[in-house]
Amino acid sequence: MKARKHLFWSFLLIAAFVLLGYFLVREHRPGAKYPFKFGLDLVGGTELVYKADTSKVQDIAGAMESLKGVIERRVNIFGVSEPIIQTESAGVISGNKDERLIVELPGVTDIEQAKTLIGQTPLLEFRLAKPNSAEILKANPQAGLDDLFTPTELTGRYLAKATVEFNQNTQVPLVGLEFNSEGADIFKKITGEHKGEALAIVLDGNVLSAPTIQDEIPNGKAQISGTFTVDQVKSLVNNLNYGALPVPISLSSSQTVGASLGDAALHSGVRAGIIGLIALAIFLILWYRLPGLVASVALVSYIILSLVVFALIPVTLTAAGLAGFILSIGMAVDANVLIFERTKEELKKGRSIREALHEGFSRAWLSIRDSNVSSIITALVLFWLGTAAVKGFALTLGLGVLISMFTAITVSRTFLFAIAPSEDSAFKKFLFSNGFHIK
Amino acid sequence: MFVVRYRKIFFALSFVLIALSLYGMFSYGFKESIDFKGGSITEIRYEGTRPDKAVVESQIKGLGFGGFSVRPSENDRYIIRTQELTDLDRTSLVNAISNNGADKVAVERSNTVGPIAGEELKSKAIKAIVVVVLMIVLFVTFAFRKVSEPVASWKYGLATVVALFHDVVIPTGVFVFLGHFKGIEIDLLFVTGLLAILGYSVHDTIVVFDRVRENLRVNRDIGKKEDFETTVGNSVHQTFGRSINTSLTIFITLLSLYLVGGPATKDFALLLIVGVIVGTYSSIFVASPLLVTFQQWQKSK
Repeated sequence: MKARKHLFWSFLLIAAFVLLGYFLVREHRPGAKYPFKFGLDLVGGTELVYKADTSKVQDIAGAMESLKGVIERRVNIFGVSEPIIQTESAGVISGNKDERLIVELPGVTDIEQAKTLIGQTPLLEFRLAKPNSAEILKANPQAGLDDLFTPTELTGRYLAKATVEFNQNTQVPLVGLEFNSEGADIFKKITGEHKGEALAIVLDGNVLSAPTIQDEIPNGKAQISGTFTVDQVKSLVNNLNYGALPVPISLSSSQTVGASLGDAALHSGVRAGIIGLIALAIFLILWYRLPGLVASVALVSYIILSLVVFALIPVTLTAAGLAGFILSIGMAVDANVLIFERTKEELKKGRSIREALHEGFSRAWLSIRDSNVSSIITALVLFWLGTAAVKGFALTLGLGVLISMFTAITVSRTFLFAIAPSEDSAFKKFLFSNGFHIK
Repeated sequence: MFVVRYRKIFFALSFVLIALSLYGMFSYGFKESIDFKGGSITEIRYEGTRPDKAVVESQIKGLGFGGFSVRPSENDRYIIRTQELTDLDRTSLVNAISNNGADKVAVERSNTVGPIAGEELKSKAIKAIVVVVLMIVLFVTFAFRKVSEPVASWKYGLATVVALFHDVVIPTGVFVFLGHFKGIEIDLLFVTGLLAILGYSVHDTIVVFDRVRENLRVNRDIGKKEDFETTVGNSVHQTFGRSINTSLTIFITLLSLYLVGGPATKDFALLLIVGVIVGTYSSIFVASPLLVTFQQWQKSK
């Protein structure tokens, strides 16, 4: 009876995987709804070059490094697409002191979105009001920011985080700012040396508020008050938390770029995957016989399922990602190897094939669970703390572990019990055992 | 089991390999690629037809600048990233690309670029690895909490981390030597490869430890008195087939990647092959015997 149930599920699983395989073939054509997303190295993308205005900062290298970090965080809001972001400075000989930022994004579909997102990055500055600013304004009502305020070293670069706060008396929403330790020192110095002067908080060139400094502020915390609605405060806080620009930037050029590795790398990667899979299946069938064949089928289902997930999320496929995936094919078999080795031990103890399979699965489970949990922990930490390239790896690792647990355990279990004979014979036992020594 | 009995020989072997790796790291240093160092960016526009990328690549290769990347841009340009170029280098680059002036080219930009993976990646990667190691110790301590006799469960975590250190340091050492003698550069892929080895190392060690855990439990349930040394030896013996076969399956796929996967991922495949061999070795010959050593230190106290 039970065998019939497993047989039913086996057919269902096979049908499901055939459908998913068909989905992959269909989605591989141009114009598909869920096409694979390939990285810069395989298909190229667009290069955006931003010009940074560093005329008002002293630590140019530090400001550029922080700019790079802010833009990287912005660009990765779309998910992990492994952009190339690097600073560019004009050669010394040209005498041109331009500082630029190169942002390369894979594919071309998201470019407008990327431009908008990068454009939304707030520019946060703190400026001291000039002592005679009131007179300047009276004399020239059109006086600009630079006429009325002098820039300070304190910029969005030193912002640690922004929070939504409320004034305790009036319940008016405020933006709370917290500086990192470096920023806190600068803030302390400014507030200590300029008591009684007005310190303006300037966002994207607009003075949000210009409170008078009452006393030295040592704890690195500031508030922006104004006539904000709660929604305005929330979106501002959100924007600031993705990072505020340390220096103003402007888009200076955008052009399409081709792949650094290109089709050849993609094809040889795919070929390596196919050859590896065939070699692996031959090994599995020779060593593990019938269960080895089942493991090979489970492996094909692992590949189909992973590729479907990669297309749906989508995961950006690079040469590195492809190589990592090929590695995961090898690792996905581990659970099956553990189960089959356990099954062999139980068969040697004289159990029937069905009993031995049962024991094999249940005894191998603990080691499969714990070793895979450790891999998932690794993937989670790397995803949580890593930069774009590390995140991409963590994502494929984590997905690979989860999917392989399903295919190597559930799928191969269903198939094995569907074909496991209810009566044993020496030949049947031979088919379900493995290795060289069989009694 | 000989693995446990002759553990000092295996420890000595690992110790020598680690010492050599550390020596290489400190005396030769890392040969970092332009991913980490930054360099020069040169944009070339062809007035006539643009030659194939492969042609340009072989022209640049002849100059011996080390690692570089060439990517087409628009319809008539190439963007070339190389290591930092001197004026002389720049002239020879333009000469090589233009076939000594035979092809008409214009240099659209020639600038210095910062690293793609800068300090942020390094500090973040180090932080992430430290957190991973701590989490692994905590997890292993938790997973083995029911078998704290005769070795406290956190020591399983410690042994896992020692094996992890072993598995990451030795492949790195191999690549430092390859960098020094063969000019292989350390790039972003290398970091990814090390992370993969890290994941594999822990995974593999836990499978062997799981068998120790199971045997300890079985012995306790049936009231069998057995030396810890014997239990560990038996566990290693029982998981031997699996350890070899799993590393063989991974080896098969990696070998295929190394042989036919193309030049871009060849070094990566090599790194992983070294990592998988060392990782399998350490689970059997380092991590498990280390448990016995821990237990004997405990006894002698």
